[in-house]
Amino acid sequence: MKGLKQRIDKIKPQFEKGGRFEKLHSVFDGFYTFLYTPNETSKSGVHIHDGNDSKRTMITVVIALLPCCLFGMWNVGYEHYKAIGQLDHNLLETFFYGLFAVLPQILTAYIVGLGIEFVVAQMRGHEIQEGFLVSGILIPMICPIDTPCWMLAIAVAFAVIFAKEVFGGTGYNFLNVALVTRAFLFFSYPSKMSGDNVFVSLGGAQGVDAYSGATPLGQLAAAEPGTAVTDILGNPLSFTDIFFGLYPGSWGETSTFCILIGALILLFTGIASWRIMGSALVGGFLMSLLANGCASDLYPVSFLSPIEQLCLGGFMFAIVFMATDPVTACRTNTGKYIYGFLIGVIAILIRCYNTGYPEGAMLAVLLMNCFAPLIDYCVVNSNVRKRLRRAQN
Amino acid sequence: MANKITIKKGLDIPLKGQVGGNITVDNATTLFAITPEDFSGYTWKTAVKPGDTVKCGSPLLFAKECETLKLTSPVAGTVEEVHRGERRKIEFISVMKEGEQSQIDIDAKASVLDKIMTSGLFAMMRQRPYDIVPSHTEKPRDIFVTAFDSAPLAAGYITADNGKYLESGLKALASLTSGKVYLGVRYGSGITSSVAEVYEFDGPHPAGNVGTQIAAIRPVNKGETVWTLNAATACRIGKLISEGVIDYSAEVALTGPSVKDPHIVKTYVGAKISSLLDGELIPHEGHIRVISGNVLTGIKVRESDGFLHYPYTQITALPEGDHADEFMGWASLSPKKYSVSHAFPAFLRGLKKPFDFDARIKGGHRAMIMSGEYDKVFPMDIYPEYLIKSILAKNIEKMEERGIYEVAPEDFALPEFVDTSKLELQKIVREGLDYLRKELN
Repeated sequence: MKGLKQRIDKIKPQFEKGGRFEKLHSVFDGFYTFLYTPNETSKSGVHIHDGNDSKRTMITVVIALLPCCLFGMWNVGYEHYKAIGQLDHNLLETFFYGLFAVLPQILTAYIVGLGIEFVVAQMRGHEIQEGFLVSGILIPMICPIDTPCWMLAIAVAFAVIFAKEVFGGTGYNFLNVALVTRAFLFFSYPSKMSGDNVFVSLGGAQGVDAYSGATPLGQLAAAEPGTAVTDILGNPLSFTDIFFGLYPGSWGETSTFCILIGALILLFTGIASWRIMGSALVGGFLMSLLANGCASDLYPVSFLSPIEQLCLGGFMFAIVFMATDPVTACRTNTGKYIYGFLIGVIAILIRCYNTGYPEGAMLAVLLMNCFAPLIDYCVVNSNVRKRLRRAQN
Repeated sequence: MANKITIKKGLDIPLKGQVGGNITVDNATTLFAITPEDFSGYTWKTAVKPGDTVKCGSPLLFAKECETLKLTSPVAGTVEEVHRGERRKIEFISVMKEGEQSQIDIDAKASVLDKIMTSGLFAMMRQRPYDIVPSHTEKPRDIFVTAFDSAPLAAGYITADNGKYLESGLKALASLTSGKVYLGVRYGSGITSSVAEVYEFDGPHPAGNVGTQIAAIRPVNKGETVWTLNAATACRIGKLISEGVIDYSAEVALTGPSVKDPHIVKTYVGAKISSLLDGELIPHEGHIRVISGNVLTGIKVRESDGFLHYPYTQITALPEGDHADEFMGWASLSPKKYSVSHAFPAFLRGLKKPFDFDARIKGGHRAMIMSGEYDKVFPMDIYPEYLIKSILAKNIEKMEERGIYEVAPEDFALPEFVDTSKLELQKIVREGLDYLRKELN
C-alpha cells in the first residue's frame, strides 16, 4: 500500500491550486480521502475524536440496504420468469436477470447524482460529501423496474439540484432527496410510473395468459371490496409471500424480512433513530386498525388487516430508510416521536382513503419533512419558555 | 445527608494512561510562567520587566480594566522573560525560581476579598455567563465549587488531608456572596462541609464539570452571575485566609498513552513542561502531542518550551498520529478503533477497556448531519444543536433564549468528541460567548 500512497502523493500537487488539474481538485480529494483517512489532526478543542465519521455512517446505511437490494434483484428475476412461465431457472440465473435489469438504473442514478455533486463541490471549493452514496442506491430501489433511464436521470438531476444543492448541499436539504426523485417521476410521468405495466420486467417477452403486473395495493385500489391480494398469476398471496416480499412493486421495497434486517443494522449501530421507526410503526398500526375497524366498501384498501397494511407496499421501507434520514427528520427527541407517529398515520390514511394513490408512504414522509422544522420549533420553544419562567420566579 | 444527583447523559472515554498511586515531588523545575491567555475577559498589562526580583504573590500582570486584579508569581525568584508574540501580545511571563521561597506581605486586617485579590487567587475563579475571570465589583448570586474532575485520566482536585483548608476556603467564599456556596463532590467520596451546601454527583463525565453541577443544582438565568472554581483553588484560598500563606503548589497528573509511568507530581503553578516530562515519555516513531490539561479541554503545548496552563492539574501526552496513513479507514474492521456508536467492531472487545487514541480527527468536516448525537452526552436542559446553530447565525436573541448564559466551551467538549461531522464546537461556543459579551457590554 505504501507504493500506491507514494504514487498518489506524487501526483497530488497537480490537483492543488496552480496545478495542471486544479479544476479537478474536489474530485481528486474525494478519491484521496476515500482511499486514505485524512491525517488531519485536531487544531482546536478536543484532542481526540470518535472513530465514526460521515463516510462510515453513510456506508453503514448502504450495508443495511444490501439485503433489500440483493433480494430485490432476485425478485425482479423471479417475477420475470414467473410472468413468462419459465420457473425452471436456478437461483443464480434469476438473480443475474434482476442484477442486469437494475444495473442501468443504479448506474444512471450514481453517475448523474455524483456528477452533479462533484461539479458543485468543485464550484464551492468543498470536499465531496457522501450523502449521495445512500441516495444513489435508494433511488432505483424505490422506482419501478421498468422506469426508463432517461426519466430517472432527469428526476435525479432535478432532486439533487433543486432539493439539495440550492439549499447548500448535504446537511441542509429539508426534503429527502430520494423521495423527491420518486415524487418527480410520479407526478411528471404518471402514465409511465404507475399502473400494471412497470413493476414487472418482462424484458420484451410475452406474459402468460393469467399474467397481470399489478402490485397488490394497485389491485386493491381497483378491485371489489374484500378481494384477496394475488400474485402476478392470480394466485392468492399468503402471509409468508407478503412478509418475504414475493410480489411485484418498486423493486427494493417489497421484502419486509430484508427491511427488518436493515432496520436491525441501523438500530444496532445507532445510526437510525429508534424513536422515529418505533413511533411510525405504532402510528401505522393504529391507523390500520382504525381503518380496518371502520372498513367501508368505498375504500377497498381499508379491508386489509393491520399486519398486511404494514408489510405491503413501501410502508416498511419508508419508515426504516426514508423517515429516519437525520437531515430531513425532526432533530429533537420529542419531535421524533411526533414526526414518526404522523408519518405512520398519514401513510396509511392516504393509502386507504385516497384511491388515486395506491401508496401513501412517499407522500407522508415528504409532507412530514416539511413539518419537521415546525415540530422542532415547538419543542425547542417549550424549552425556551421553561427557561423564561425559571428566570421570572 | 448530602443531596445526591445522578448524571445519566455523558461518557467516560477509556483512554490509556491512568495515573497510578505514586506521587513524586518535583524539585528539578526552575522555570515557571503565567500565560495571560488563560485568563480571558481582560486585557493584561505587564507589571514587571526581565531581571526584576519577585516574591511568591508579586504581581506579574494586572488587568487594564481593573488595576487591582492581578496575575501573580507562583514562586520567588527573578523574572526571566516577558515573551511577546505577534503584535507585541504578551504570551507569557516566566520566572526563574531562586533563593529562599518568600512571599509578599498580606495585611491580616484586610478583607477577605482584598486578600484574595492581592494574592492573585481571584483570577483562578471563573464566572458564568461568558466563562471569564469574574469582576470583583459584582456580587455573585451563588458560588459553585467542584471537588472532583471527571475528565479523561484526571486525578482528584483534593485529598482528604486538605479538608481543613477546603472548609476555611468555603467559609471565606461564603462571605463573598449573598447567596449560597455549593460544593459538588463525587458520590461516595465522603467530602463534607458545614458551610457549603454539598451535592453528591454520580455518573460519567461531565459530572465533575461545574457547568453540569450548576445546571443540576440551580441554573443561571439571564441577568444573574455565578462564580465557579475547583476545590484546589478553594483550598488555596482557605490556606491564605486561615494561615496567611500564599500557596501556588499544584499536584499535576502526568497521564496519557505516551507516558511511561503515569503518576502525580507535586510542583508549582505554571511549571515548565519539558522539565516535568524529562524522561517520562515513551520513545515513539512519530510526533507526540503534549497537552496541558485533559484531552477534551486542554491546550496543546510544545514539549520543548511550553508551560503548564490553567487549571494546572494535568498533563496528557499521546501520539499525534499525523503519519498514520490509514488505508480506507471508513471500512476499518479493527477492534482498536474506538467509537461510541456500534458502527465499528470495537464494542466486541468492550468499550470500557482502555483504548489507544491519537490526535487525528478521523474524518472530514461536514455540516451537521446526524441528529441527537450531542444530546446523549450533554446533561443540561438545553438543546445543544439549536444553541450551536443560533451561535453560528450570530442571533443574540436566540442564543439567550436557548441558554447561552448557562454554558462554557468545556460543556461542549464531549459533543465535539462524538460528533461525526467533526465540528469545532468549543471554538464556536467560545466565539459565541465573546461575541455576545462584546455586543451587550
